[in-house]
Amino acid sequence: MRCVTRSIPATSLAMTDAREPLLQLRSLGVTYHRDARVLRAVDGVDLELRERECLGVVGESGSGKSQLLLALLGLSAPGAQLRGSIRYRGEELLGAPRARLEAIRGRRIAIVFQDPLSALNPFLTIGTQLTEAARRALQLGRREALARAAELLSTVQIDAPAQRLRCYPHELSGGMRQRVLIAMALMCEPEILLLDEPTTALDVTVQAQVLDLLRTLRERSGVATLFVTHDLGALASMADRIAVMYAGRVVELASATALYGAPLHPYAAGLLRSLPRLDLPLPARLPSIPGQPPDLADLPAGCAFAPRCPLVHERCTQRPELRVLPDGRALACHFTGSTSAVDAAWTGT
Amino acid sequence: MSGGLWQQCWRRLRARPSTMIATWILALVVAAALLVPMFSPFDYATPSWTQVFHAPAFAGGHLFGTDSLGRDLLVRVMWGCRISLLVGIAASLISVVIGVSWGAVAGYVGGRVDSAMMRTVDVLYTLPFIPFVIVLEVLFGRHFLMVFIAIGAVSWLDIARIVRGQTLSIREQDYIEAARALGVGTRTMIWRHVLPNLSGLVAVYATLTIPGIILFEALLSFLGLGVHAPLASLGSLVAEGTNEMQANPYLLIIPAAFLATIILCLNRLGDALRDALDPRHEPGHD
Amino acid sequence: MSGTPIMLEVRDLRVQYRSRQAASQPAAFAVDGVSFSIDAGESVGLVGESGSGKSSIARSLLRLVPATGSVRFEQRELLSLRGSGLRAMRERMQVVFQDPLGALDPRMNVAELVAEPLREFRPAMREQHARQVLAMLARVGLGSEVLARFPHQLSGGQAQRVGLARALMLHPRLLICDEPVAALDVSIRSQIANLLRDMRAELGLALLFIAHDLPTVRYLCDRILVMFRGRLVEQASREALFGAPQHPYTRALLAANPVPDPARRPASPVPAAAAGGSAMTASAVKGGCPYRDRCPLAFARCAEEAPVIRQVGASLVSCHRAGE
Repeated sequence: MRCVTRSIPATSLAMTDAREPLLQLRSLGVTYHRDARVLRAVDGVDLELRERECLGVVGESGSGKSQLLLALLGLSAPGAQLRGSIRYRGEELLGAPRARLEAIRGRRIAIVFQDPLSALNPFLTIGTQLTEAARRALQLGRREALARAAELLSTVQIDAPAQRLRCYPHELSGGMRQRVLIAMALMCEPEILLLDEPTTALDVTVQAQVLDLLRTLRERSGVATLFVTHDLGALASMADRIAVMYAGRVVELASATALYGAPLHPYAAGLLRSLPRLDLPLPARLPSIPGQPPDLADLPAGCAFAPRCPLVHERCTQRPELRVLPDGRALACHFTGSTSAVDAAWTGT
Repeated sequence: MSGGLWQQCWRRLRARPSTMIATWILALVVAAALLVPMFSPFDYATPSWTQVFHAPAFAGGHLFGTDSLGRDLLVRVMWGCRISLLVGIAASLISVVIGVSWGAVAGYVGGRVDSAMMRTVDVLYTLPFIPFVIVLEVLFGRHFLMVFIAIGAVSWLDIARIVRGQTLSIREQDYIEAARALGVGTRTMIWRHVLPNLSGLVAVYATLTIPGIILFEALLSFLGLGVHAPLASLGSLVAEGTNEMQANPYLLIIPAAFLATIILCLNRLGDALRDALDPRHEPGHD
Repeated sequence: MSGTPIMLEVRDLRVQYRSRQAASQPAAFAVDGVSFSIDAGESVGLVGESGSGKSSIARSLLRLVPATGSVRFEQRELLSLRGSGLRAMRERMQVVFQDPLGALDPRMNVAELVAEPLREFRPAMREQHARQVLAMLARVGLGSEVLARFPHQLSGGQAQRVGLARALMLHPRLLICDEPVAALDVSIRSQIANLLRDMRAELGLALLFIAHDLPTVRYLCDRILVMFRGRLVEQASREALFGAPQHPYTRALLAANPVPDPARRPASPVPAAAAGGSAMTASAVKGGCPYRDRCPLAFARCAEEAPVIRQVGASLVSCHRAGE
């Protein structure tokens, strides 16, 4: 992993909030060189995660959202070039020595991966896997660690925790495995919880339960959460603020109510409009965004969304910077109209 | 048929210097093996009692020296390369054709047919190869062709097993099910869908089988069962050289060096092919 | 619906999977006595969670897995067809799979893939294949530039369009879609959903749309079948199902559906303990109603007696308590 640090530009994402940022990303970039092509998986991202908040990061394939998470913990694939800055409570994580990153992983910043089946070792019992990291990080004895593990299993609403500790992953259902992953993440009482599509592989009824569990845990422990997903439905009940990513860049950052109610970026607006919903009457035709998600190795010079945007204009050949608006939102778009103007542009297509 | 995948493979192969070096060396050896005997004043069979055991020297025209019968070693080594490579490639092709057909049918059809076919492979595995080759040669005479048939007949077993394994996993792929839903029959399925998807694996194993076959042939020749005099393979040359090792080590060292080089280069190519065809492998990071 | 001929009639369909390890245990029924019908040109949705058997129904209709029961497709008994009869049926019933890239042979390019149905069934008209392939690709919204591309060079949405073109080449009467949009990006899903709707209107196809995503099913389907652990628990028209769901499971599904509106606080879901249990679900429940472990309305009778399908309101429901 090669890291190139640049001088950090003075971007101020001044949201009217005095809470201290736990995590600060500045101009974060993750680039891959593959088969003579340059892939900018993450291309200059500025984000902050504050204490006790849930920040949602939503995007589709190629948006860079998963790469962002991996970069935070130094887990990017070999061959990734990182640049920019990742500060955790002021400490620079990008390029930090491996020992330091390993000390932080699991203990202060924990991650829950997407596919519980592949994230769990099929040859070890749940108990072993739960206590593995905790024993080292918290210096716990075996019995204490298992007791704590059992406690956490009941916190994540798994019945008969003591017996479950002796089970192997394949003996549990998908929903239970996901809960185990959450319990694993919580073993060391981290300050920050990173979630990479935690409910995507689950059935909708189980998803509702897991989301409910996550909400409860957050209320109880106050852990800050970074929730990465493509599912705007799931985020609605979880996130305080949401960052919408496209082609490795943040295109809109707003509070949940602001984003769902009045999205300003054409992509965000288009995405919300194209979701079929049970709570609204059936449309005559489901709106959709034309074209396809961008090829990261072959991005257009200016705004990456321009080829699909109903509001495209010649100034879109210049890449729009993420600007902070008076109401505290951030937007990366040249168009400065209202949300109804954006909506009208989509309806006109 | 699959231009896209092979182009990507070629690009990856070109990216690594060691692979290109191996390819060039191999190309040079093949070119020399083909051209040198055509232009050399000496041939591989004519003995010359006056030129016996000349050490390698520029003067006198014998670049690699001469052997116990005064025959020019350079030409003999070049012929040796020709024979070894020919046997290697031909026998490899035979074993690939048999092995792939056997393995693909067994793997795709499954059930009792698969069991029967693979039990046959298991039984053939237990066959001691050298006595088998001896029997073949006794029955059909020591014809040159016998050598590749014999080797091909025993080398297909490995490929059959590997191809069967790969076919089993190909069979579970969605596109096979999609083709079945379309109504494609078994024979067409194997020909159109299974075999092309095996091509990467087969290319790698074919390349990696050749060194093994060359060594096997060298062993046979060493034992006197391979090519017969005056034709030479690298193996028979090594055998002759071993006899003269004390006094004239060059008779052993030169053919052995060529044998080792060819095998190393083929192994390198085979490994590189395997990496290049693996969709997950990142070039430049091993 | 009256007057339209019934195109597909399924009676008591059962699909059993032999578990290799447990030869002593009875094999699990992935599909346990399912009956329904589809009219010509109708769009029917089949919803359920993983393990409900919906994909198994698709596979058994396509004769990719063995099944028992009766399936009459265009007045012919499907399950006993073999040889040329089976092949003829395949022309009339086609499928679009969930994983668009996995369903396309990575070694064939788009032109070959889309032409394959023609090579199989209309080999005599080779000269016209190219023209027909181009025409179909245009209908699904792809230009001639994709002809030489290989699956890995296509995006998910493009690959699914190719899959659809392939399935439609022979002008089937019934198109089975097995979770066709689940693996696609959100912004592409509505494109494909609209495409399916358009193709259906244009070609007069009947659609069996298998999905777990209720809102998309509501958009595309006239009638919906809800499955749980191999059994059909509710069958209703779109209005009836979404307006007045009768089965507790249907209600749970609808309630659990996430709404992209932060103002709506979701209702508290079914307690997790009820949803726990081993991974081997299908064989675990013996007798009675398969949903009783999770059902808030379950009572004694649910454990003893499996509910029969009866008409309650505008739906066909399989529940003892429906209509109370």
